[in-house]
Amino acid sequence: MAEQKASTSIEAVESGLAAQGYIASRQIATAVYLSQQIEKPILVEGPAGVGKTELAKAIAAWRGMKMIRLQCYEGLDEAKALYEWKYAKQLLYTQILKDKLGEVLGGAQTLHAALEQLHDFGDVFFSKEFVEPRPLLQALEQPGGCVLLIDEIDKSDAEFESLLLEILSDFQVTIPELGTVSAITPPTVILTSNSERDLGDALKRRCLHLHIGFPEQRLEERIVESRVPNISQTLRRQMVGFIHEIRSLDLKKLPSVSETIDWARVLVLLQAAELDTEIVKDTLNVLLKYEADIEAAHPQITTFIAKAARSNVFG
Amino acid sequence: MRENLHRFFRAARGAGVHVSPAESIDAMRAVAQVGLTDRAILRDALLLTLAKSQDEKLALGDCFDLFFSQPEPRQDQPEADDSDEASQDPDQSPSSSSASEAGEGQPPEGLGPLAQMLMSQDRNSIAAAIASASGAASLSDIRYSTQRGIFSSRILDAMGLQRLRDDLDELTSTNPALAERLRAALDALREAVRDTVSQGLALYAREEAENLRNEILRNAPLARIERRQVAEMRALIRQIARRLRERYSKPRKRQRRGHLDVRRTLRRNAAWGGVPFLTAWKRKHRDRPKIVAICDVSGSVAQVSDFFLLLIHSLHEVVDDVRSFAFSSHLIEVSEILEKKSPEEAMAEIMSKVGFGSSDYGSSLVDFEKDFMSALTPQTTVIVLGDARSNNLDPRADILRRVSERSKRLVWLNPEGRLAWGFGDSEMPRYATFCSVVRQCATAQQLERAVSDIVATYQ
Repeated sequence: MAEQKASTSIEAVESGLAAQGYIASRQIATAVYLSQQIEKPILVEGPAGVGKTELAKAIAAWRGMKMIRLQCYEGLDEAKALYEWKYAKQLLYTQILKDKLGEVLGGAQTLHAALEQLHDFGDVFFSKEFVEPRPLLQALEQPGGCVLLIDEIDKSDAEFESLLLEILSDFQVTIPELGTVSAITPPTVILTSNSERDLGDALKRRCLHLHIGFPEQRLEERIVESRVPNISQTLRRQMVGFIHEIRSLDLKKLPSVSETIDWARVLVLLQAAELDTEIVKDTLNVLLKYEADIEAAHPQITTFIAKAARSNVFG
Repeated sequence: MRENLHRFFRAARGAGVHVSPAESIDAMRAVAQVGLTDRAILRDALLLTLAKSQDEKLALGDCFDLFFSQPEPRQDQPEADDSDEASQDPDQSPSSSSASEAGEGQPPEGLGPLAQMLMSQDRNSIAAAIASASGAASLSDIRYSTQRGIFSSRILDAMGLQRLRDDLDELTSTNPALAERLRAALDALREAVRDTVSQGLALYAREEAENLRNEILRNAPLARIERRQVAEMRALIRQIARRLRERYSKPRKRQRRGHLDVRRTLRRNAAWGGVPFLTAWKRKHRDRPKIVAICDVSGSVAQVSDFFLLLIHSLHEVVDDVRSFAFSSHLIEVSEILEKKSPEEAMAEIMSKVGFGSSDYGSSLVDFEKDFMSALTPQTTVIVLGDARSNNLDPRADILRRVSERSKRLVWLNPEGRLAWGFGDSEMPRYATFCSVVRQCATAQQLERAVSDIVATYQ
């Protein structure tokens, strides 16, 4: 019974994401389903522009949750990711309360008693009032749950990874002055990485590891169809076929899905009926972002168009 | 089912995927969620929970296909599973297995259970019996290909081969035709068992065998490596490079620690009347290694230089800047060739340009001083790789002294053993005076240590 449910639930995930314009492959849908069921974060790896960040957005939109995004960069620390004390506010309050302070302490007879009173007082300044929640803490404090996107984790330092471990495995953070803050509703956590550096084993162990590569031709056609609905079917097939040929070249930066979508938009805008050498040459800079890549692809254009057209006949 | 999953985890470890207990628990939970009916989903779920990189995913995918390609009938025959689990009893011995099966009822013709199974051509139960017998023979402990024979015979014994032989003997006299059929079936069974064992070897022993081979390779002298091993050695060098990269390329925060930067702290806290709420620290500047590699590519040293250059040039993330020079009788810069071409092509080109000459350290050093001295900065580590055998020509050690003075460190890697230094035309002792470090570097292991030490001095 449960097994029957599983495959239908995975299909439900697929169609749910599709309704948000995100065409997910089976692996992606399985990962999303599993992360919900066993409450584990998903670590998404893959080349740039295959829709890693988009996945988090689609999940948030599909489930009607808020998305909280934490963009990682070198030097990111807990003050910017987790929480910070509102120093200025603390200072301001002490200034305002200065007179009050005299009154309160005035009643004390001995130095010891004054200190005692000051102790109770000190805790006021390190209370929730003065904590500025940053994305990670915000995510834990959402009553309805949320999608927490930790983007490009590979750009952060190794220390930051260790900071994340507590959140990822137990959905809680510890603030020394306040104690442990647990999530009200465990957030759905998506981490993305471009594999700029290898992540630590401890981090990987806590996540489901999902690799999104370049999609298969059929899938990519469906993605284009959902994103650029007004493109004709023949052109769609041809252009996706062409891009698949381009990806077989040895290029510095292979065109990914986002480039495919951009190109489809450009072709629609130029009102191209089908792919020909002229139009491809003119718009190649949408696909390829390096001069050397464009030069490498140039002599192949005609062959690739022919190939893409031929595969259409059989596809 | 759990037994099968555990065996799969073991197979995964055999394929080089690190499966920790925590990960296996996650995988169990995931499998409990998705169930076993849909193999594609099961595969995805296991790949998601167990594999932690793209390489591991590929390895695990292969492993999954191999593992479940095994006994097709086991999937749709739950009772086969049961018998499999039953046979996992610790006191399982070949005789008890056949005895328990024999206890299920004697056939009218008085044949043993195995013989009956073979005669009835019941492929499902044969496959199940093979699976349970390989469990009894603990096939998952297989490590080396030489163990294939012993595991095959163990499995056959566990299936009740002895009884089958008796049956055969008996039948040969009473019913020769039937005996003939049984014999053919036995041959087929032997083949099936052999396949099972080969598959078990592929599943469980891959990593072990690889480790053994790599261990041997790591300690083999690079200069005398056989041609067929060159590709394997290249793969090993790449592995070493990856390890070094992982160890040394992590962004290091240590540079943030240092003394308080009073000026910046005051400025930053001006808003609070100079009360230092935010502190600013002086940063320690830390540079990444700059390496100039000068490699002898004459005769015996060429192969070592090849691997060395491959290693140095696969360390992009760790090393800021590498410039490589190759020489035998004269010296040229080869950085560009190495960057642009595949290792094989690059080496061929370098050899055609400067290789195969008799080495002349003196004139090569003159070449270096004339054209490339400007490549040296106080942050540069110069690595010279060569046997220092200068064919009795002037070694020009004075140039090496100047090189040493202009650079941070001068490291000499010599493929020859220490005993040979200074004998014959070896100029090593004269050069050694000017080197920060001289070390032997004949095997991949020594190469790794040498490069690791060089990079570590910059940490």
